[in-house]
Amino acid sequence: MAIPLKYNFRSLFVRRVSTAMTVLSIALVVAVFVGVMALATGLEMALVTTGDPLNVLVRRRGSDSELSSFISREAFQAMRFLPGVQMNADGAPIASGEIVVVINLPKRGEQKGSNVTIRGVSPVGLALRPQLHIVEGRLFQPGLREVIVSRRISERFEHTSLGDRLRFGKGEWKVVGIFDAGNTAFDSEIWTDVNQLASDYHRESFSSVLLRATDEAAVKEIINRIENDRRYNLLAQPEVEYYEEQTKAAGPIKLLGMFIAIVMGIGACFAAMNTMYAAVTYRTREIATLRVLGFKRGSILLSFLTESLLLALIGGLIGCVLVLPIHGITTGTANWQTFSEIAFAFRITPELLLWGMSFAALMGLFGGIFPARQAARQSPAAALREG
Amino acid sequence: MTQPLVEIRNLSRIFRRDSVEVVALKDINLDIPEGDFLALMGPSGSGKTTLLNIIAGLDKPTSGVVRVGGIEVQRMNEDELAEWRNHHVGFVFQTFNLIPVLTAFENVELPLLLTGLSGQERREHVLTALKLVGLADRVDHYPRQLSGGQEQRVAIARAIVTDPTIILADEPTGNLDARSAEEILTLLQQLNEQLHKTIILVTHDPRAAHYAKHERHLEKGVLLPPGVTYTVEERA
Ligand SMILES: Nc1ncnc2c1ncn2[C@@H]1O[C@H](COP(=O)(O)OP(=O)(O)OP(=O)(O)O)[C@@H](O)[C@H]1O
Ligand SMILES: [Mg+2]
Repeated sequence: MAIPLKYNFRSLFVRRVSTAMTVLSIALVVAVFVGVMALATGLEMALVTTGDPLNVLVRRRGSDSELSSFISREAFQAMRFLPGVQMNADGAPIASGEIVVVINLPKRGEQKGSNVTIRGVSPVGLALRPQLHIVEGRLFQPGLREVIVSRRISERFEHTSLGDRLRFGKGEWKVVGIFDAGNTAFDSEIWTDVNQLASDYHRESFSSVLLRATDEAAVKEIINRIENDRRYNLLAQPEVEYYEEQTKAAGPIKLLGMFIAIVMGIGACFAAMNTMYAAVTYRTREIATLRVLGFKRGSILLSFLTESLLLALIGGLIGCVLVLPIHGITTGTANWQTFSEIAFAFRITPELLLWGMSFAALMGLFGGIFPARQAARQSPAAALREG
Repeated sequence: MTQPLVEIRNLSRIFRRDSVEVVALKDINLDIPEGDFLALMGPSGSGKTTLLNIIAGLDKPTSGVVRVGGIEVQRMNEDELAEWRNHHVGFVFQTFNLIPVLTAFENVELPLLLTGLSGQERREHVLTALKLVGLADRVDHYPRQLSGGQEQRVAIARAIVTDPTIILADEPTGNLDARSAEEILTLLQQLNEQLHKTIILVTHDPRAAHYAKHERHLEKGVLLPPGVTYTVEERA
């Protein structure tokens, strides 16, 4: 049997101040790490969960996003009747020509404005996104200057509360409803009637077209036909894939998170190392005594490594608890493809917490290994003489 | 004639630091029979601790042989020595060296954690040892809650709890007042007489010698013949 854990546990409490400082520094690193990762995860989840596997999004070849794309009404009509496009109960094809524009809105409590996406849709467009539902007010009416705003945008921007009036296009638009799009990209948008938007912006064409295929084979079929049609020069892609590509924005955030965590982590490692070296020096005599009693070098090494690990895990646990309240807090960032605001919430997943704890453990092990080796290597005879 | 428990043959220990050589032990020959209680005396720096450390396998001789129970101590490696000490050696220090964050019970239990004993068996052994040193009522006390004499008694309980072959005590009364010192010496004497423990007691204290069966003196690393006392020069 090894040196009992209670020995390490109680020893940590003997040197309270130094232990507390180290625990705190490790807690801070873990909190920052988990925090930044929660940001990236939230962003990823906001975009990845968007889209139905049977939906095909069509835009102009060469345009990164819907915003810079245009599709003629003629091309839209041609697409509606492609084989493989699903029909609704009335026998009409489920295909939505949509217009996407961006307006600048001031953020609540800030002078600074940010771009917000406005999407013009037809009733079919609403049917294509069943996850979107009105939580307050009602749907906009076709032919009127009315909009519905996502709850997240409404929380973050001026003039977007129920009953407010927004100025864009040729005049004022009334906010008649607030919606929730179930953590998808549409949670960062304002929706209105596509025809009203087209007339305000003098748009002859659509920005994008969304089609519902009958089945998965039809998805491929539709994509093939559209891409091979030389007349229109269009790009068709599963809707899910389009939003997945936009999660590239999460990559740099993750990288930044890792970078900050590693730099801070190295600092915390040294704090742990310092604490453990002090502990080894302080307990020279105890270590020698344990050796005299028959504990082997390996046991001593393991014991001090365990102690360092314990120190780090306490820190990790506190860090996780500290960062937990940010879960669910809504924030926003610029979507690098559309240059408009994406609203999303920090997401702390159990997996992320596990990563945080593993990171803490790593700091404990790195910080503890050298002091533990020193403890294991010291000569008991010399240590007892010095005492 | 039966083999002595401890056999020391032509043992020397020379410490070298830079170019300075200190001869701590010079050609020591000594037999200690089983059941003996030997008081090893001598002035400061005469090599008492060094000899005790070599017998316990905490230090290696420069030359010569130490056999304990027929085993050549200096031949074992660190891990073998650790295990051997756990089984065969009980060590008592001048500074007690109890683990401050562990209770009396837990301190005494430490060496038993290396044996295959069950928790229940360990508990019985620990309580027996603590009762033997007269501390059955201090089981859950931490070292700082005990007097020096009591601490040393816990240390003795820890030294005997594994039922070792030999008990090595390095000035166990050095940090104690006269009364506590006498109690400790009496306790060691009882362990020797009643439980037939072999004990080597290193000490400065001339009174200690009255409790032991034999007495040998070291002077400047040389073991003086039986009956010869070291010359008192520096002691006030
Ligand atoms: N690690 C070492 N390095 C150098 N010299 C040492 C070392 N250990 C002991 N010595 C020297 O060896 C000699 C014997 O030391 P030792 O500790 O055995 O004496 P001692 O009889 O126990 O003395 P004391 O009564 O003061 O405890 C001393 O001169 C000491 O300085
Ligand atoms: Mg000494």
